[in-house]
Formats: sequence, C-alpha cells, structure tokens
Amino acid sequence: MPKDFGIGASTKRREDARFLTGNGQYTDDINIHGQAYAHFLRSQVAHGKISAVNVEAAAAMPGVIRIFTGADFEGVGGLPCGWQVTDRHGEPMKEPGHPVLAQGKVRHVGDPIAAVVAESAAEARDAAEAIEVEIEELPAVIDMKAAVEGGPLVHDDIGSNLCYDWGFIEDNRDEVDAAIRDAHHVTTLELTNNRLVPNAMEPRVAVGDYNAANDESTLYTTSQNPHVIRLLMGAFVLAVPEHKLRVVAPDVGGGFGSKIFHYAEEAFCTLAARQLRRAVKWTASRSEAFVTDAHGRDHVTRIELALDDGGHFVAIRTSTLANLGAYLSTFAPSIPTWLHGTLMAGNYRTPLIYVNVRAVFTNTVPVDAYRGAGRPEATFQLERVIDKAARELGIDPIEIRRRNFIAAEDFPYATPVALEYDTGNYHATMDRLEEIADLQGFEARAETSQAKGKLRGLGVNCYIEACGIAPSNLVGQLGARAGLYESATVRVNATGSVTVMTGSHSHGQGHETTFPQVVADMLGIEEGQVNILHGDTANTPMGMGTYGSRSIAVGGAAMVRATEKIISKAKKIAAHLMEASAEDIEFSEGAFKVAGTDKQVAWGDVCLAAYVPHNYPLAELEPGLEETAFYDPANFTFPAGAYACEVELDPETGKVDVCSFAAADDFGNIINPMIVDGQVHGGIAQGVGQALLENAVYDSDGQLLSGSYMDYAMPRADDVPSFTVDHSCQTPCTHNPLGVKGCGEAGAIGSPPAVVNAVVDALSRGGYEVAHIDMPLSPSRVWQAMNA
Amino acid sequence: MPNVSMTVNGRNVSGEIEGRTLLSEFIRDTLQLTGTHVGCDTSQCGACVVHADGRAVKSCTMFAWEAEGADIVSIEGMANADGSLGVIQQAFQDNHGLQCGFCTPGMVMSAAALLQDNPDPSEAEIRDYLEGNICRCTGYHNIVKAIQAAAGSLRAAA
Ligand code: FES
Ligand code: FES
Repeated sequence: MPKDFGIGASTKRREDARFLTGNGQYTDDINIHGQAYAHFLRSQVAHGKISAVNVEAAAAMPGVIRIFTGADFEGVGGLPCGWQVTDRHGEPMKEPGHPVLAQGKVRHVGDPIAAVVAESAAEARDAAEAIEVEIEELPAVIDMKAAVEGGPLVHDDIGSNLCYDWGFIEDNRDEVDAAIRDAHHVTTLELTNNRLVPNAMEPRVAVGDYNAANDESTLYTTSQNPHVIRLLMGAFVLAVPEHKLRVVAPDVGGGFGSKIFHYAEEAFCTLAARQLRRAVKWTASRSEAFVTDAHGRDHVTRIELALDDGGHFVAIRTSTLANLGAYLSTFAPSIPTWLHGTLMAGNYRTPLIYVNVRAVFTNTVPVDAYRGAGRPEATFQLERVIDKAARELGIDPIEIRRRNFIAAEDFPYATPVALEYDTGNYHATMDRLEEIADLQGFEARAETSQAKGKLRGLGVNCYIEACGIAPSNLVGQLGARAGLYESATVRVNATGSVTVMTGSHSHGQGHETTFPQVVADMLGIEEGQVNILHGDTANTPMGMGTYGSRSIAVGGAAMVRATEKIISKAKKIAAHLMEASAEDIEFSEGAFKVAGTDKQVAWGDVCLAAYVPHNYPLAELEPGLEETAFYDPANFTFPAGAYACEVELDPETGKVDVCSFAAADDFGNIINPMIVDGQVHGGIAQGVGQALLENAVYDSDGQLLSGSYMDYAMPRADDVPSFTVDHSCQTPCTHNPLGVKGCGEAGAIGSPPAVVNAVVDALSRGGYEVAHIDMPLSPSRVWQAMNA
Repeated sequence: MPNVSMTVNGRNVSGEIEGRTLLSEFIRDTLQLTGTHVGCDTSQCGACVVHADGRAVKSCTMFAWEAEGADIVSIEGMANADGSLGVIQQAFQDNHGLQCGFCTPGMVMSAAALLQDNPDPSEAEIRDYLEGNICRCTGYHNIVKAIQAAAGSLRAAA
C-alpha cells in the first residue's frame, strides 16, 4: 500500500503553488531600490595579451557610473580552488591564478576584461561596446593532446599545460600491467566523453548590495550552496568576514552542478556594491552563460579490459586526458580523479584496476562538475568496454555482466579502487529491468522495425554511483579544502509547529516538501505543520549545500539527528509534566506516554511547556525546544541500477530515435517516490541528450561553435520518449539514519552507455560491424560509421 | 520615451518604453510581473511564452510597442478568480510536471494554447507542440502527463 503521509508518500509539492502562479522569487526577480546594472566586456579571442584597455569614451556614455578593469582588482584575491589533487609522484597539482577580471592576458572566449556599471542594463551594455581593447592575439591551445605535447602555454608561470598526472592506485600499476599482458583476452576502446554545457534554464544572476550603516554586504545569487560562496568569496577573494556578509540563494532555476562554483561575477557585484554604495545587479544572457558557466565532462580515454577464458574480468587499465579549461573552477580537480577513478570497479568484481588521468589546461571555458561529475565518465567507458568485450567473445551482454556482478552476499564489498560498498543487489536490479523493459519481447519488436525498414537495437548497462561524499577527514586527506557534512536546526514553535533550517539547498529537488515529510513522520504531526528555510546564510546553520545527490543522505540525516535531540528533550519535559521518569516515556503518533500506564500528554502541550515554562524542571533543563545537528557521514552511499534503451535507426539517414528507456534503480529507502521518479526522468533526458544531441564544440581558434540554442542541441520534448522507471529494489544504506542513498544523478550517469550500446547493437543487427561511435551520435556520425 | 498601452491579465496598463524594449522586459521590469521568465536570447527556450490576443507568443521576440492595444495574458493571469490553481496548473502539480519551476510559466502558457486548439492531443502531438519550450529538469515525461490529464479534465468539464 502506498503511504499517504510521511516517509514513503508521494506528497504533492508545496513549492509548486508559487511556481505555477508566477510567484516564485528567482534572483533576477529581486530588484533593490536604486540598484545599478553591471555588464561585462568579455574576450572575443581565446588567447591573447591585453596591451591596452581604454575606457575614456565609454565612461562618458550616458548613465555610466563606473568602469572597472583588471587593475581595480589587483589588491583583491583570485577565485580559489577548493580541491588540491596530488599527482602520482607525490607533487601537488599546478594551481595558476584565476583573477576576477583578466590581468594581462585573456585565456578563453568569455574571459571578463572589464565591467561597466550603469544606471540601466541597456546603458551598461552600450558603454561596454565603446570600451577600446587592444589584444595581441596569441595562438590558442584547444586540443588536449596538443596542450600536453608542447602547445602554447595557457599559464606562462606554470611552465606546462599539465595540471597533474594522477595515478590510482599507483602502487598497483605493475601488477595491473602484468595481468593485462598475461590475460586470455583484452578488449580495448578509445572514446571521448563529449563536452557539455549544463544549461540550467535559469541563467546565472548576481545582485550585490551594501549597507554602509553597518558595513554589511548581501549577495543574492543563483547558487546551490550559499554558505560555500560566503566562505570562498569572503575569506579568499574580498576579505570580508562572515558576520558582515550574507549570501542568499532564493528560488534557483536548476543547477546540475553549474551553480556550485564561485564565479567572478558574484565577487564583482559584491565588491562593486561596496565601492559604489549602491546595489549592483548582473543578469547573464544565455549567450554569456555558454561562455562562462563551467562546462562538464570532456575526457578522452583509452580503456583496456582483461578477461579470463570464462569471461571474468581480471583487470582494468585506463588512461584519460581530462580538460580543465583555462582556469581551475572551484571543484574541478576532484572530478576526473576522486569522483571518477574510484568508480572504475562499477558493479563488478574486477580484482585489479589502475587509472591514470592527466588533467590539462586549454583555452576554453573552465570545466567542472555537471550532473554526475566524474561518475558518468567512469560508467560510460566501463559499460562500453564491457559491451565491446561481450561482442568480441560472443557472450550475451547481460550474461557477461551477471557473471561478474558483486553478489548480494559479498556486501560490504571493498573495491580495488578504495571504496567500500555497503549494500546493493545487482542481480535483483537486473531482474527488475528485464521485467519492466520487457526484454523478452525485444526480438518481436525488432522484426516490426525491420518490416518498416528500420534497424532496432537494444542497449543494456549498469551503473553505480557514489553519493554524499564523505567523511570530511577522509576527503581532507584526498585534497578537499572543505568539510562535507551537512547541518540542520529544528525549531519547534510554542504551539507545536516546526521550522527546519537546513544547509541544503533546493533548486528543483523539492526539499520544501520532502524534508517536512521526514520530520512530520518522526514527530507524528501533520506535514503542513513543518516548513523549511534554506538558501540564506542569515537564517540557516553553516551548510555545504546541494550537489552530488547528497541532500537527503547527508542533509536529511542532519535533520533526523536534530529531530532526535528534540524528541529526547521533549521526553524529559513530558516526564516532568507527568511526574514520571524520562526513561519510561514512549513517544509515538504525536503523544508522550508513560509506559505501562494510560497517562499521556500531547505533543502540543510539551511544546507549550517548553516556551511557557511555568511547570518545568528549570533547574535541570533549559526552556525552549530547538536543536541543531551537524552530520558527517561515515561513508559514501552507493545507489546502483540497470538501464535498458531501445532505439530505432534509419539506415538511410543515420538518424536514431529512442523508442523506449527503462531504468531499474536501487536508491535504498525513498522519501517521496513521485519526486524520485521525476529526478530519474530528468537525468535520463540529460543522458540521452549527451548521447545523441549535445556537444560543446570549439574550433581550433577557440571559438565556441555551439554557443546558443541554435547550435547546441538541447533535448526537446520530441527527442525523448516517456520513460519506464522502477525503484522497488531497495537495499537500504547501512550508515545513515534514513537508509537512503540519493537519486539526483543516477539517470544522467546510467543512460549514455545504454543509448550507445543500443545503437551499436542496431548497427550490428543490420550487418554493420561498428565497434564504437563517439557521442553525440548525430545522424552524420552514424551514417559515416555505416559507410566508412 | 514613447508610451505603450495594453491590457495585461485584464488590467489596462501603460508605461514608457524605448524602441528596443522587448515585451518580456516590459512585463518583467515595468509591470514587475516576474512570472514570465527569460531563459535565452535566441527565441528558443519558451520560458517567456505569454498569450497575445489569444495566441501563444514568445514575449522575447516582440517589441513592447508591437503589443500596443493587445490583450496579454501572462502566468499571473492563469489562476482561478478565487486564487486557486487553474485546471492546467493543477494538473502540473498533480503530475509533478515541474521541478525548478523556471520553464514552468512558459510550459503552462503553451499547454493552454495547445489545448485551446486541440482539446484531445496525442502524446506525439503534445511533444511536437512543445518543441519550442525547453525544460532541463523534468525530461518532459511528467509535463506530457500533466497536459494529458489537463486535457481530460477540461473535456470532462466542457
Ligand atoms: S526567453 Fe523567449 S524564447 Fe527564450
Ligand atoms: S522545471 Fe526546471 S527547467 Fe523545467
């Protein structure tokens, strides 16, 4: 029976009421009395020396208040990087500077050179056009191979374009080499994980405000983690202490990773507002977003999978070039390393694994986390090479996976790449997939397609992801410069309603609905009696925000801990009211009872007593009912699943249609199934987008050729089918109090290999032996592969 | 600066504009009706869709002066008179047809226009009609479901 309340219920989202009536408050909807507008003049060339910036004519334009250039930011810190990777020789990565406004050099198209602040947005834009910039153009380095093989230097001061050469686990390298040398069979695949532009539908916006009377700055910004921005910007860039700096991320129109990072425009608007003593607002155009939001993926990988004569995996060796773009974005170094290498075991018992990643600077937009972040790159290469191996060895693709699965009884399972999976049941998710995707019926459907002159293909794959990165002391050893806990304050009001202040942030995930489901369930009160505050450093405890599918697993856990503290204190109050001992108090369905008696007091009476403490044990207990918890997880969580995609391919044109997509996921326990389904749908559409449509393409001069929705093919409603999703297979996480694993990224991680596997299958059924096609599988690429 | 007058959500409004002021800017900045969103600068995303004289238009592709005398309806004009959600809005909530909500106003306005022309659209017709509305969050699955549900409710009420 589906529940209609609390944990496990598909409660409808309360936030929808404002979003559906136009009453949401996104950052661009915020206007501060007397605000001025910023417009950035950005580099049109990918690489060059700035020889002169002449602002005189522009400064005289109507409405111009002030023009800022790199020189104005010389005394200000650069944008910091939040993760330091150590290379395979034990050396720290190269960490070049990242100025707020370009100093001396521009390094990618879109690099900001100057900023105009004017009375209106149009005047700021007009004046920016009148700034005269002289740039001595330098040869750009775009291709990663060229970048490591002695191409032009993006950063002259670090002597090469290599940020780090990472080996994981370096000590295993020789053993892996030997196993591959001696293996019965080795399948090798070279592939590209295409560069993507995250494209949250809301472009980034920053509004800086300054109150001179108390020397306080406020930044309204489109962020997934306002506390992180406050810390990075306050401590490293502007030298403004936290108590003088408030960061608000109100309704945010999607993030997908791209709104984790601290961007130059945030620091600029905050600083400009302080200097000009009036609010300064900047709203990105979509064209600007394409050349300034951190991009995702962009790996080139060679993977080798060694198998024994029974089709068992014996070793994996990979070598990857990862593009970092022109500067280190906030968490960029961690993506191709700790979020990628550690996932190379996938769902399988491969005893030996070695991962090498060389991360390089190029004259392109910085690359950082995008939905899945490292884990899609790991999953794609692994699941593609397994498919190729199955074909080479004549083993059914599902059978080869099953043969190598970590068995249900093997958990907890320590992988050779440093993770310990707590729970999972990969055969069960595969069983579920076979049912929901009706794999039995595939051959009949393939015949129907054939009768229409189309080639039908089936692609199946598995994925595992690691969510809720933790614990903080471990990630600190791995180079993180941040903690990865989450926080919650549960404030019980005098009449029994509850306000939860969480460090998590919701930008589409529905926390305003799901978080109250948990607290209401624990307290036995109505969901409507609980609401949450988030997104404002002024009224929430220090939190790390929302990314990496961590909100319910880490933020939810903090909320549970705080609620447990509430219950424990409330029991003491109830004990006092009933003249019993706290140990004898039982709490259920919103009432405190003395065990073995019929004495009870209601939740509301206890809350009132806490705030009107007339009959109250004041000597032993503080009044009030408000508790805070910080939760630092003991381990990652490991959602996993099996996905199937069916495509129909038109052999005349190479066009691929996705006919059906089925996902069987194991997310552990689930708070709101409706919202989980929605997260998976969205992730699959992004994965199908990556596989068939999306590609950030640079020409050799560093111009972004796909820099608008005219050229960058976003998945539209008619590009995807309806999806079949199922999460009935549940192996709860063992180390967080809710037993949850997280579901935000699964769809985007698990779906690209299913699509590509399906296309290769369709081609093979049509008699075309094509080993691999790089994403996106556009009609022209497919057609070329068929006609090569 | 020239003046422009039109009806927006049943109210007569007027305001000063520049020749280059877009209808979307007039609605958002002058009228402070911020439910209409701007997601692109190439008329591709559909976050800005409003109705002008009964037709769905991308308000970023019209100059404000082009709407002189027009009857404009934006997302703020879609709820029932008592403030409760209209049929299409309710269907979006019931079917979880929105996540971050940024594309949502445009989606609802497009859906309303579709259902006016075609009260019983097939899934393929809905997907085809939404070609000009991009959503990055939902994968469209629940948007399609919401529109189908809304179509059913509207037909039942007709
Ligand atoms: S803002 Fe009008 S179509 Fe994108
Ligand atoms: S709900 Fe976020 S873009 Fe559609």
